[in-house]
Amino acid sequence: MLSIQNLHAQIEDDQKMILKGLNLEINPGEVHAIMGPNGAGKSTLGNVLAGKDGYEVTEGSVFFKGEDLLSLEVEERAHAGLFLAFQYPVEIPGVQMLNFLRTCTNETRIARGLPELNGMEFLKLARAKAAELKINPDMLKRSVNSGFSGGEKKRAEILQMALLEPQFAILDETDSGLDIDALRIVSEGVNALRDAKRSFLVITHYQRLLDHIKPDHVHVLADGQIVRSGGPELALELEERGYVHYEKAA
Amino acid sequence: MAATADTVERVKKISAETYKYGFETDIEMDRIPKGLNEDIVRMISAKKNEPEWLLEWRLEAYRRWTQMEEPDWAKVSFPKIDYNDYYYYAAPKSVADKPKSLDEVDPKLLETYKRLGIPLDEQERLAGVAVDAVFDSVSVATTFKHKLEEVSVIFMPISEAVEKHPELVRKYLGTVVPTTDNYFAALNSAVFTDGSFVYVPKGVRCPMELSTYFRINAQETGQFERTLIVCDDDAYVSYLEGCTAPMRDENQLHAAVVELVAMDNSEIKYSTVQNWYPGDENGKGGIYNFVTKRAQCRGVNSKVSWTQVETGSAVTWKYPSCVLQGDGSQGEFYSIAITNNLQQADTGTKMIHVGKNTRSRIISKGISAGRSDQTYRGLVKMLPKAEGARNFTQCDSLLIGDRCGAHTVPYIEAANPSAAVEHEATTSKVSDDQLFYCRQRGMDEEKALALIVNGFVKEVLQELPMEFAVEAQALVEISLEGSVG
Repeated sequence: MLSIQNLHAQIEDDQKMILKGLNLEINPGEVHAIMGPNGAGKSTLGNVLAGKDGYEVTEGSVFFKGEDLLSLEVEERAHAGLFLAFQYPVEIPGVQMLNFLRTCTNETRIARGLPELNGMEFLKLARAKAAELKINPDMLKRSVNSGFSGGEKKRAEILQMALLEPQFAILDETDSGLDIDALRIVSEGVNALRDAKRSFLVITHYQRLLDHIKPDHVHVLADGQIVRSGGPELALELEERGYVHYEKAA
Repeated sequence: MAATADTVERVKKISAETYKYGFETDIEMDRIPKGLNEDIVRMISAKKNEPEWLLEWRLEAYRRWTQMEEPDWAKVSFPKIDYNDYYYYAAPKSVADKPKSLDEVDPKLLETYKRLGIPLDEQERLAGVAVDAVFDSVSVATTFKHKLEEVSVIFMPISEAVEKHPELVRKYLGTVVPTTDNYFAALNSAVFTDGSFVYVPKGVRCPMELSTYFRINAQETGQFERTLIVCDDDAYVSYLEGCTAPMRDENQLHAAVVELVAMDNSEIKYSTVQNWYPGDENGKGGIYNFVTKRAQCRGVNSKVSWTQVETGSAVTWKYPSCVLQGDGSQGEFYSIAITNNLQQADTGTKMIHVGKNTRSRIISKGISAGRSDQTYRGLVKMLPKAEGARNFTQCDSLLIGDRCGAHTVPYIEAANPSAAVEHEATTSKVSDDQLFYCRQRGMDEEKALALIVNGFVKEVLQELPMEFAVEAQALVEISLEGSVG
C-alpha cells in the first residue's frame, strides 16, 4: 500500500533537515502507530506525505499503491486515496460545512470516475454518516470548523474521512485536545472505518489513543528516523519509560 | 513555492484577455467635438431637444463646476485628467433616426447586447426583466415598455422622460443630488446624456425587475448617465444596472449620478453589477468610475437597499448613500468589491439618520488581490432629531497574496444620545493552510479559492435579485480567475 524508503525531508525556508532516512512499509488493512518525542518529525511526516508546501524532499522515495506519491499534486494524492486528519483543522468562515463536504466529495468522485451526487443525495449521505459518528446534524449548517470545540473539529475530520473513503488515512495527533468521551467517540468512528483494504498511520505522542485504536505495529520516531519498531506492547513500554532514552540516542 | 505566493504569481498573469466584454462594436458614430465648454453643453442639450429650463440647469452646473476642485481625499491616485480631451457626446448614427421599435434598431447594436448576454429582441428577452440599453450617450432600446404602461409604471430613457413627463423630471431632478453636490456631480449635471427614468405611482408594486445596461463603446468618450427613480407612496420597485466597456489603452471616464426618492411606505431595491474594464495587468487603461449615488427616504417607513457587486474599473470613487428623513425609514448597503492587479477602489456608503427610529445596515465585503488597493470609507451620521435611530455596520476585508492593501475608514457622528451605532470590522487573508486543507480534501486550487471567496461574500450575494445572483457569483469567480490554479 505505502512504501517509504530512505526519506529525507527538510524545511524549505531554513533548510533544516527533519526527516533523515525514514523507512516504513504499510500493507492493506494495517494500522501503524508512530510515536515519538516532540520535534521528532511526526507531523512533518504526515505533511510531506500529504504534499504540504514548505517542505523539500532531498532524498528517498514514497510509493503509494505502486505510484510515485511525491510527483503528485496535493489534490491528486487525495484523489488517489490519501487522507490526512489534521491536528489543527483550519477554520473557513462563511463556507457552510455541508457545501464544503459536498464539494470535497464530488471533486473526489469526479476524479475517481464516479457520478456526482446531487444536493438531496448528498444531504442524505452526510446525515447518515453524521449520525453514525454521533454528530449533531446542525453542525452541517455551520461554517467549516468555525467556533467548533476541539472535539467537534476532530469529529468533523472523521466525518470527512467517512465521506471520502480513503484507502490510507493519516491521523495527526487526533487525540490532542480531546477529553475522554470525545476521544472514545472519535476512536469508535475510526474503528468503524477499519477494514481489510484500508490502512491507517496513527501519529500520536501519548499511548492513550492506542487503547482505543489498537495498532498492528508501533514505531518510535526520533530525530527523523524510525529507531524502533514492535507490536502494541511497545506503546505500553513507552508510556512507562517515556522518550528520554530515545531523545538521548538522537 | 508557497500556495499564496503561487496565487500571487497567477494573479499577476491575469491579463486583459480574461475580460470577455472587451470587444468593440464597429458602428458609425455621431459625435460632437472634443472638449468641454459652454458651447458643448449647449450642443448636448440641443441634440436632446431639451427645454430651456434644462439647458439653464446644465449651464449653471457647468459654471459652478469650473470653479470647483477635483476631490483629492480618496485613497486613489491617477494622472491628472484633462477634461478637454474627452468627447462628451457619442451616439450611434442609426439612433438619431429614433427607431420606434426593436425592428428598426441597428442589428449591430442588438448583436452587441446579445454578446454581452443582454438579449433585447422579443424572443430571447430575459423573462421578468425589463431592460433599458444605453450605448455611449444614448439609450438604444427599452424592452417591455407596454407591459409596464399597463400598470402605469414609467420606465424610459431620461431624455425621453424630459419630453414626455417634464413635470415629473423637473420636480425631482437634482433634488437628491444637487448640481453642486460635488465635482463629479456638477460635471454630470452639465453634460449628462442618458440614463433611465423610473416612476412607480402610488400603491403599485412593479411587476418585473427593471434594468439598465450601460455600455461605453466609443473611444476617448466619457459616459455621464443620470438615473432618477421615484417610488411614490406604498410602491415598490427593484432595479438593476450592469456596466461593461471595451478594452482600451487609454482611461475612459464614467461619472454617473443616481438619485432615488422613496415616499411613504415605499421600497426601492437598487442593485449594481459593475464590470467596467479594469485595465490590464500593468494598470494600463480601464475606466475611471466616479459616481454619486444617493437615495432620499422621504416618506415614513420607506426603505432603500443598495446592493453592489463591483469588480471592474481602474479607479473607483463611489459611496451610495441614504438620507433617512422619514420616521421609521430604513437604509441598507450591501457591497462586494473586488480589486485585482492594479485596480484602486475607494468605496463605501453614507447613512444620514434624520428621522426618528430610522435604521441602517451596512455589510461591506472587500476582496483585494494582486497589487490592488481598496478602501472602505463610510459615514454614519445621527442628527439631533434621530431619536432611537440604529445602525449596524460590518466591514470585512479579505486579502489574497501579500502585495495588496485593504483599509477601513469609518466615520461616525452621533448627535442624539438615544441613537445606537455598531461597527464591526475584520481583515483576513486566504491562508496557505486553508488552501492546503481544501486541496487535501480533493479540490484543486481554483475550486478551493472560489469556495473560500464565495463563503466570504455569500451574505451580500443573497441580497441580489435571483435573476442576477448566479451571474454575479460567476463574475466574482471570473474576477479572481488566474489568481488560482
